[in-house]
Amino acid sequence: MSVILECTELTKKFASKIAVSGVNLKVERGQIVGLLGPNGSGKSTIIKLANGLLTPTRGNILIGGRKPGIETKKIVSYLPEKTYLNDWMRVHQIIELFSDFYDNFKPEKAYDMLKRLNINANDRLKTMSKGTKEKVQLILVMSREAELYLLDEPIGGVDPAARDYILATILSNYNENATVIISTHLISDIEKILDSVIFINQGQVVLTSTVDDIRDEKGKSVDGLFREVFKC
Amino acid sequence: MPWELKSDRPIYTQLIDQIKLMIFSGAYPPGSRLPSVRDMAKEAAVNPNTMQRALAKLEEDSLIITHRTSGRSITEDTRMVELAKNKLAQEQISEFLEKMQLMGFEQKEILTIINNMVKEMKK
Repeated sequence: MSVILECTELTKKFASKIAVSGVNLKVERGQIVGLLGPNGSGKSTIIKLANGLLTPTRGNILIGGRKPGIETKKIVSYLPEKTYLNDWMRVHQIIELFSDFYDNFKPEKAYDMLKRLNINANDRLKTMSKGTKEKVQLILVMSREAELYLLDEPIGGVDPAARDYILATILSNYNENATVIISTHLISDIEKILDSVIFINQGQVVLTSTVDDIRDEKGKSVDGLFREVFKC
Repeated sequence: MPWELKSDRPIYTQLIDQIKLMIFSGAYPPGSRLPSVRDMAKEAAVNPNTMQRALAKLEEDSLIITHRTSGRSITEDTRMVELAKNKLAQEQISEFLEKMQLMGFEQKEILTIINNMVKEMKK
C-alpha cells in the first residue's frame, strides 16, 4: 500500500505558541482514519497544513509525495471547520460553481444526496439551519472523486439520524484507493467506520493504532480509551 | 437482521459471530451467495476493511468460499456448518456451566433445573 499523507518532524508555531510539534506520521491509501484529540490539540492545524492554508515552521508535509499546492488540491477534498461559501447563493448555484472548479466533482452525486436528506437545491444557504448548512457542505466535499478527503469536524452540528446517513455516505463514496481523515471528538459515533486512529495532544502524536487492536489489547472502545488518556 | 456491535470487543470478531449466526439460522443458507463486502459493510455501518477481515477469517474456517470471479458464497458442505454450529454450542454451554459453578451449583442441580425448565417450556 502506498502512502498518501506523510509528515516528518512537522512543526507549526504561532508567535510563541507551538500548535504542532515534531509530528511524524504516515497515512496509507484506502483507509478511514480518525484524527482524535481534545480541543486545541492541533487537529485543525495539521489539516490546514495539509491543505497549504498554513505553512510549516519546520519539517515537511507531503500529499502523495508532493508539497501542498495546485497539484495536491486537485486530489484533496477538504471540509473546513468553518463555512467559506457565500450564504446568498442557492445550493444549485454552489453545485455549478464546484462543477466549474473541480474536474472530479460529480453533480449527480450531490443531487442524489441532497434528495436523500430532503434538502431543496433552490434554497439559499442563509435560510438554512446550522445543521443543514453542514450537511450541504459535506455533500459538496463527498461529491468529488478525490484521493484524500480531509474532514474537519464533519458531524458536530447535525442530528444523530443525519449523522448515521452521513457516515453511510462516507462509507459508500470513498473508493479503495481513497483515504478519509476525519477529525472529531464525537468518537463513539464514528469508531465503527474507522480503520485506525491517531491520538494527538498538545501538538504531538501520542498514539497510533487500529481500532480493533485497541479493543483487543485494552478491552475497551476507542471512545473509552480516549476518555482515559485525556481525563481532565 | 440488525447488526449489534458492542464497544468492548474487536469489531471484526463480533462481525464473525453475527455472520455465523446468520449462517446457522438459515438466513444465509448453504450455497447461497453473499452480498459484496461494500454492501455488507454499509449495512452493518462498519469499515469495509473490517468486514473484509471478518470474511477472510470465515473463509479460513471454510464456512465461506471465495470464487475468483463471482464474489463469495456460503459453503455447500453442510457438515462444516454443523461442526461450527456444535462448536459454538459447546462454547456457550461451557460459559454457562462456569457461571453456574461460580454461583455454587453442583452439576446434578444444574441438570435438574434445566430439565424442569424444559418441561415448563413444553407446557
